Amino acid sequence: MSARPEHVEAASLEPGLARDVDYAIDVQGLSKSFGINQVVRKLSMRVKRGQIYGFLGPNGSGKTTTIRMLCGLLTPDEGRGTCLGMDILTQGRAIRRHVGYMTQKFSLYADLSVRENLEFIARIYGVPDAEAAAAEAIVSLGLEGRERQLAGDLSGGWKQRLALGACILPKPQLLLLDEPTAGVDPKARREFWAQIHDLAGAGVTVLVSTHYMDEAERCHEIAYIAYGELLAQGTVEEVIAGSALHMWRVTGPDPAALARELMEVPGIELVAPFGTSVHVGGRDRTALELAIARFAAREELVWRPDSPNLEDVFIDLINRSRDNFR
Amino acid sequence: MNGVAGSLRRIGAMIRKEFIQLMRDRVSFAAMVSIPLLQLILFGYAINTTPRHLPTAVLAYDQSSLTRSILAAIENTKYFSITHHPVNEAEAEHLLRSGQVLFVVEIPAGFERAVRRGESPSLLVSADATDPVASTSALAALGRLVETSVRRERFNVDDAPEGSGLEQAPPPFEFRTHPRYNPAAVTQLNIVPGLLGTILTMTMLIFTALSVTREIERGTMETLLAMPIRPAEIMVGKIAPYVMVGAMQAAMILGAAVLLFDVPVVGNLALLTVLTGLFILTNLSIGYTFSTLAQNQLQAVQMTFMYFLPNILLSGFMFPFAGMPTWAQWIAETLPLTHYLRMVRGILLKGATSADLAQNIIGLSVIMLVAMVIAVKRFRQTLD
Repeated sequence: MSARPEHVEAASLEPGLARDVDYAIDVQGLSKSFGINQVVRKLSMRVKRGQIYGFLGPNGSGKTTTIRMLCGLLTPDEGRGTCLGMDILTQGRAIRRHVGYMTQKFSLYADLSVRENLEFIARIYGVPDAEAAAAEAIVSLGLEGRERQLAGDLSGGWKQRLALGACILPKPQLLLLDEPTAGVDPKARREFWAQIHDLAGAGVTVLVSTHYMDEAERCHEIAYIAYGELLAQGTVEEVIAGSALHMWRVTGPDPAALARELMEVPGIELVAPFGTSVHVGGRDRTALELAIARFAAREELVWRPDSPNLEDVFIDLINRSRDNFR
Repeated sequence: MNGVAGSLRRIGAMIRKEFIQLMRDRVSFAAMVSIPLLQLILFGYAINTTPRHLPTAVLAYDQSSLTRSILAAIENTKYFSITHHPVNEAEAEHLLRSGQVLFVVEIPAGFERAVRRGESPSLLVSADATDPVASTSALAALGRLVETSVRRERFNVDDAPEGSGLEQAPPPFEFRTHPRYNPAAVTQLNIVPGLLGTILTMTMLIFTALSVTREIERGTMETLLAMPIRPAEIMVGKIAPYVMVGAMQAAMILGAAVLLFDVPVVGNLALLTVLTGLFILTNLSIGYTFSTLAQNQLQAVQMTFMYFLPNILLSGFMFPFAGMPTWAQWIAETLPLTHYLRMVRGILLKGATSADLAQNIIGLSVIMLVAMVIAVKRFRQTLD
């Protein structure tokens, strides 16, 4: 499974190639406000066809609003762009025909059976033989024998499976998945991601929002959004490299007290306790090393240079962007 | 001691929380304030069970100072208000059938001469008796009140200086009253067709008021909107099944009205069917509008109830329309039930035709169009 993303990453690193690639999503300067609250600010992004694009950010950062603008559910206040080559401002309905959108909350009809839900969706999308398409989807979902069960009575993992099955039933070219794995157990999550990679392999573009760092690392490219602004974009390696963070790991007794102490030291911008050790980082290498030098006398502490992980980078990004908006 | 104090503290916290939630739910709060207020105003000011100033048409084939005195005396009873002067019987009949007037007073040709000759001629008063409450007390007032006042004014003062026993003399003229459409004054004949409108209003509003709110509450609306279906298509798809439910209900009530309550079907049943369809659609559009305004299903039900109340009280279902003050009548004209009641009573009891009901058909159509436009416009903004 790991061979495929690396291959795509290699291609995307070549800057000259960008013009020739067909983009499933290509939007510039999207903004959206609700009342006085600006939820998305001048957001631009491009997603190549057949890619899995991870959409990360804290709660309330504008991920859902952006997804809704992409499929024409919301009209942006500013900005323009295309989705599958169609204008998001004027061709919303045509876009929706080829986009599968899976909302955060389970949103199939709880009082319809599995089969009735799938047939309803097939008919709305104008799938030629709705009943056959639904029957086929039931088999591929592994829901045989449960097709008469009400969708509301399924367990969390099966609901999520059914929701994805319903999304891909009309054979969309683009999938927009809004936190699809929230509250799903690890095994179901793994199966879900295997299915996402199969779909991408078949040429479907997938934009998936998530809070899980391990899921971000399964994406070909990621974007990080906070306070409505896109803060970083690229492959996982690019985003980490772009952060210019230097990290150390320190181990010692009472890491919680140590973390509180470290937070007060100038030059240390990032402090995160991890079990028995504390992750310490900063963007200015000399300032960070000077700060660490102050602890040289404390023999109980063991310092080791470390590399930043995705979470360090995001915490750093959100800390810095919060400063900008205060 | 500690137990009591602790219990009071917990109850206090609970009360505080309930109040915060109550104040935050605007629609519930509005319902709590507006329903008693609405009832007070409507029952206190608008509703009148012995209605006065009822619209009356005068078909005068004889114009004389005597007939003028009689008409003045009729108006002086306060029960009648002469609003129309039709020129022939057909026009008078139309006014009565369409419900524009409740009474037609017909003065025959040569009336004054007949009175002078002592022939004691008759004045014909046709009354729309579909609503016995509205017409009974007015008709009762006619005979004695008018006679006495006319006799005092014209015969005692002008023509009877000799002071003969005119009080005991046979009346110089008499009223022949003709209660039309419901001569036996059976209240069921008025109530049962009215129930058709009331029941349809209630059920149609509730069904649709809940239909969109339910989808929003359960989160399925977002999925639905993300599919390639137009808002108008969603609306038609949601409303159509209830048109059938409404038609079924209407057939049931109508059947019961005829079989169990002996309600006559004087007019054209096909016309009633078409107009009932129009009425059902209007209510469904209004219910749909409510469902786009409400945040949850409870609010949708509350809105429906707040809307249902004036419909019941002002439409003429429970209390005579003609007895209400003008402002209340104007409000009632904007309610679909008012128009539909005139249609259903007019067709079933009076044999009203589409020409008789033209004003109400136009009124109901306008209300439906307005409701539909608002429903579609509101629905578009569901997410934005």
